[in-house]
Amino acid sequence: MSDSWIIRNLRAIRGRAYPRIVGSSREPSWVFFDITLPLLTVAAYVYMYKFMDAPKEFVGFVILGGAMTAFWLNILWSMASQLYWEKETGNLSLFLMAPVSRMSILAGMAVGGLFFTTLRAGSTLAIGILVFGVSLSLSNPLMLIAIFVTTMVALYGMGMMLASLYLLFGREAYNMSNLLTEPVYLVSGFYFPVRSLGFWTAAGASVIPITLGLDALRQLFYPSTGAQYAFLSIHLELGALCVLCAVFILLSKVSLDYMEKLGKTSGRLTLRWQ
Amino acid sequence: MAMRGNLRTFKNAAWLGWQMESNWTDPFLFATYSIVKPLAGTLILVFMYLVITNGETDTLFFSYMFIGNALYMYVADVLFGVTWVIHDDREHYMTLKQVYIAPISFYYYIFGRAAIKIAITSVGVLFTILFGIFVLGVEVSLVSISWPLLIVSLVLGLAALCIMGLALGGITFLTAKHGQGINEGVAGIFYVLSGVIFPITILPTWAQSISKLLPVTYWMEAMRRGLEPGVISGLGSTTGLDGMGNWFLMLVLILSTIAFLFISVGIFRLADKAARRKGKIDWTTAY
Repeated sequence: MSDSWIIRNLRAIRGRAYPRIVGSSREPSWVFFDITLPLLTVAAYVYMYKFMDAPKEFVGFVILGGAMTAFWLNILWSMASQLYWEKETGNLSLFLMAPVSRMSILAGMAVGGLFFTTLRAGSTLAIGILVFGVSLSLSNPLMLIAIFVTTMVALYGMGMMLASLYLLFGREAYNMSNLLTEPVYLVSGFYFPVRSLGFWTAAGASVIPITLGLDALRQLFYPSTGAQYAFLSIHLELGALCVLCAVFILLSKVSLDYMEKLGKTSGRLTLRWQ
Repeated sequence: MAMRGNLRTFKNAAWLGWQMESNWTDPFLFATYSIVKPLAGTLILVFMYLVITNGETDTLFFSYMFIGNALYMYVADVLFGVTWVIHDDREHYMTLKQVYIAPISFYYYIFGRAAIKIAITSVGVLFTILFGIFVLGVEVSLVSISWPLLIVSLVLGLAALCIMGLALGGITFLTAKHGQGINEGVAGIFYVLSGVIFPITILPTWAQSISKLLPVTYWMEAMRRGLEPGVISGLGSTTGLDGMGNWFLMLVLILSTIAFLFISVGIFRLADKAARRKGKIDWTTAY
């Protein structure tokens, strides 16, 4: 692995991330649509909890979950579906011809997506906190950062893996993303503690990194609710997230190689309208 | 003659929409897909409710919330369905320019595509309501349903939603792929302000004033009065609309549908003209 190979791939990451970062500033309408308006759905859940006289922590749970939906939607629509879309728009063949690792292309997509999604999620969280007067505990910032970073690495690793798999789905990709939205919000406990689904359901849903990440973030932001609503201890969740990071990045490489091999043998990988 | 041509456009657009929605898989998987998604969306609320009430579902508010959320699928899917036609044809299939210059009424084409979305959504709504009645004990009884009120409200509401979707479709001409957020956002406004999953009386006073300007608020109330009159009368003044008679609700729905017809067609034409001038009819923004 020569220096020039590494530099070329780092450039590929930057090159693929660039249009996503620049694109978000060239089309500023997303600031309004993606930050302000999704907050309304979160507000509806907040008012529902308020109507039921729920403990005030639940307002924070909803705002946190609502902010994290941005990452899941980004995984589905801008990571998993992206190679399929690239195929449909004719870019995939260019990516495959480029003298760089396909992993660099996927990593670039992840970096670019993570950038603007973090902005969106952060803004939703900040506005939600201000509007609804939510207070969060920041007693363990290092653990908070560790949980967030491992959750994102595992989640975007999952997105990289799905990007290759989605190519195999063809036109089912769009429907698959649609199908994986609300059911994942449900089983991952975006708007309520995942523990209430029962241990085995929560354990199964933990394959999706955001399940454990959200549960740990809730415990860190609301330490007093841990015993009542936590699924697992924070340290155990951090360990499991580290494992998921390694597994998903490895699987993304395997699925990418498989997809490429299949494409070479069938000659249909870059064929549109399949 | 022109009407016959328009009806043919509508029929063919509906057929095209059906093929695009369903022919990616076998009928069984498609049926499962059409049911799982709405059901999961509803179960999120059910679990939110159960966590707070420790499993108690035998309350008026549970039925109010469940039915409201099931009916809201129409709001989200119809608005989304209409605007998605523009986005999908332009960005994905890249056929918008061909459809656009074809000698057909573009309105009939859009509404034809939306009609099939309404049909598919109806299956999801019906299944969700049946699930609520038979599994969760939602209070809906066939004998107490006010069918005339329910049917008239349903037709008027769907017409109003399609017309509102047209305005959003026009705006989609001018926005990049982020434009999908328009649907999410506008549907979100209705979700929080129209008494979908909680009565509007919990909202701040200023927000309640906005609620009473939105046609979806009256549509939700009319649909609930038709479907679960016992729940609405049991909740009484909590809904915030108890002082309004059924005829008044119908009148509001009719007038708002007519008003939105003029507003939406105006917005669509303006956006269409701007999109032509800026060369945005066939652009793609998939970065």
